[in-house]
Amino acid sequence: MWVIYTLNGLYFAALLFLISLGLNIILGVMGILNLAHGSLYAIGAFIAAWVIIAIGMKVPPFFLYVTLLSGLVLAGIVGFLMEKSLIRFMYKRTLEYQLLLTFGVLMLLEDVIKMIWGGQAYYASAPFDLLGKVDIGGHVYPTYFLFVMAIALIAGLFIWLFMSKTKLGIMLRAISLDREMATGLGLDINRLSTFAFVLGSGLAGLAGALVVPTTPALLGFGHEPLILGFIVVVVGGLGSLKGALVGSLLVGFTRSFGIAIFPEIELPLLFLIAGIILVVKPEGLFGR
Amino acid sequence: MLAIDNLKKHFGFVKAVDNINLDIEEGEIVSIIGTNGAGKTTLVNLISGYIKPDSGRILFFNKDITYASPYVRIKLGVGRSFQLIQLFGGITVLDNVRTALFSKYGMIRRGLLSADRYSSVTEEAIKILDNFNMADKRNLTPKGLSEGDLKILDIAIAFALKSKLLLLDEPTSGVATSDKFKVMDSIVSAIKKEGISTLIIEHDMDIVSGYSDRVVVMHEGRIMAQGKPDEIMENKEVKATVFGIVS
Amino acid sequence: MGLKQISKNPRWIIYLLIFIALLFIPRMLSIHDLMLFEYGITFAIVGLGFNLLLGYTGLLSFGHGAYFAAGAYSVAMIAKYLPQAYSLEILIPASLFFSLILSIIFGFVCVRHTKIFFSILALSLSMLLFALLFKLYHITGGSDGLRVPLPTLFGMSFKGIRRPEFLSGTYYYFLLGVFSISFLVMRGIVSSPFGKALQAIRDNEVRAELIGIRVRRYRLYAFMISGMFVGLGGALWTFVNGHVTADLSHWVFSGEIVYMTLLGGFGIFEGPIIGAMIFTYLKLYAMGNTQYWMFVIGATLIVLVLILPNGVAGAVSSLWTKVKKKTN
Repeated sequence: MWVIYTLNGLYFAALLFLISLGLNIILGVMGILNLAHGSLYAIGAFIAAWVIIAIGMKVPPFFLYVTLLSGLVLAGIVGFLMEKSLIRFMYKRTLEYQLLLTFGVLMLLEDVIKMIWGGQAYYASAPFDLLGKVDIGGHVYPTYFLFVMAIALIAGLFIWLFMSKTKLGIMLRAISLDREMATGLGLDINRLSTFAFVLGSGLAGLAGALVVPTTPALLGFGHEPLILGFIVVVVGGLGSLKGALVGSLLVGFTRSFGIAIFPEIELPLLFLIAGIILVVKPEGLFGR
Repeated sequence: MLAIDNLKKHFGFVKAVDNINLDIEEGEIVSIIGTNGAGKTTLVNLISGYIKPDSGRILFFNKDITYASPYVRIKLGVGRSFQLIQLFGGITVLDNVRTALFSKYGMIRRGLLSADRYSSVTEEAIKILDNFNMADKRNLTPKGLSEGDLKILDIAIAFALKSKLLLLDEPTSGVATSDKFKVMDSIVSAIKKEGISTLIIEHDMDIVSGYSDRVVVMHEGRIMAQGKPDEIMENKEVKATVFGIVS
Repeated sequence: MGLKQISKNPRWIIYLLIFIALLFIPRMLSIHDLMLFEYGITFAIVGLGFNLLLGYTGLLSFGHGAYFAAGAYSVAMIAKYLPQAYSLEILIPASLFFSLILSIIFGFVCVRHTKIFFSILALSLSMLLFALLFKLYHITGGSDGLRVPLPTLFGMSFKGIRRPEFLSGTYYYFLLGVFSISFLVMRGIVSSPFGKALQAIRDNEVRAELIGIRVRRYRLYAFMISGMFVGLGGALWTFVNGHVTADLSHWVFSGEIVYMTLLGGFGIFEGPIIGAMIFTYLKLYAMGNTQYWMFVIGATLIVLVLILPNGVAGAVSSLWTKVKKKTN
């Protein structure tokens, strides 16, 4: 069974990594904690489920997996609109206003989701069922979970290459290190901020889309992932990509083994571990 | 009162403070001058406890404070002002000073009676502000003050803490030239009244010669010369290195 | 403050007039409106406590639902497990005690940080309590929550009385009394030397340390006092509501506490009280008129942040200053 728990831990970690990566990019580049991040995740889940149901079995299987990208695209678009219309006025405001604005957006988006998709659950298990199961060391394991891990790994590598090798990525890192100096260097902060926000939102949407073949999308779908994302960010350190990775693995494994060993208190256990880490290392594992 | 003994602080290869020996007497006003990077601010940071030295000793009234925390030093009576003004921007000028007094008297745990009820503290705060010619501005917040007034308030707070030694890091930087002497007059008259020893970092030579009892010239982490202001002004070596005048 | 000074200060005359008006509220409002008003008063106490941390110490907690829940669950758990102690004069100190304990534990972790890290930490810790309340359902009732019966008060029993009658009689005056005391105590705290020290920390923590204030310790004190006020509000709220659930510790509920404080204006002492009242009515009005009430209060919040950053009280006071300037 340990093999399965480990794989489950990796699977949880993969999803959390996508969520917390998005949170962290936005936090690092813009200094804004987006409380509506979970809603973007939910939007990704709903649109992906809706598209998969709509096109059903009429398309070749490969195309079904491409449709998961709809989550990334729609969440990215919503993120774009959000940044352009609201977030952009918040950069110079204090923390209270930044947080409350995104809290307002959260409430707004929750009801917009309700208006569009109603209160019912959306099942879209086709991508999960199609992949079947594989045999790993004598245990059967859903191939789809491995697929999710692969996607997260690719996304992580992509972001890492992007941030360290491309000019755009290096400019984004410059802003997160010192916003004022970056302005002084003549970087177009507005454009770059929009870009970072869209990227972060898209990652949340992608995570939501990847989950929906395994769990039906419901109202309030984004609440728990958001909190887990926070824990990852707190444990890993604010704005640190390495922290997001290690934090995701830690939270993922704690969840997976917690569910197996102490099913009732896996969530409190998680908080307890996060609390201990913070008492020992207040700035998080990789915090600055 | 203050005795600095072979104090040393190196940052890598940079000898910011290199074997400094310096004594300050009670009531004495000492200015430190020197080019940028001579180690003046490092010395003040060492005395106020912001950074710790590599070696050497700092004695304050014969008590070794070399490695004491800034908090302990303040309690003992080492106060400082800042090059970049550090004030409490959201409360009134009076409350800026009053809070320092409450802290000094160990009264900040009192949480139920209004601060106004402690009338002796309020009166003392007003007296301090009056010493600095600021009493009429006591109900303004720092946002409504001029740069010079902010500098004065910054020092009034250090004053309220009953500092026996004041370290003033460029008290007139950022103050309009026309106001510089007015600001220094307020500060120095209050200092003289209380007989507080003072160490000033200052660039403006008119102010240095006008207000100090003694001038210390630092260069590359060492004391190059010291003496009465007019002696220093005539010192050829100082003229060459600090003012760049070759005669 | 002596009587002489009170009569000289218009602020205290206004307070006194409002207090007298409040005494007659039960005669003026229908029972439904009165209940709503009582919700408002409990949240006003919450707002007073919350604002000590936000407005006066400069720390934004997104997890104060936890202390509200601590107060509320103190009442509900005593009702369930220690019914012989179920009287207001025991319940109130008990809820103060338990919310104090919780705010010491959580506060100790949180005050090592400021700004956004503080906010996330406070939020995460409140979710820890939420997770516990939610998962340990055989003790806490989980998502079904616990029912809260009517308490006794100094031996007075309210058996056979229906909740609305209880709320419109004795309890209203009890609530008003506790609110008035809370108001006076908090007023004292913010204007005291201690309160000034907190404001000094808010304005400049480096300098505050350098005038001899132990910054972290004083932040913790503020956190504890704030937690107790919020816990008190939570305890008083349970009798109005009659029922507690784990959601009280959920961060969205904490967000509503932040919302009402900002709605009233956190730069002004009375702001959060006004905000609590308006928010209570706003939320109920929205919920009563549309199923998309979250959309309404979310949009209101966004508009508020964008155009009314100092809240209602802040807007009124700056308007007042303008009018005064013109008439002078």
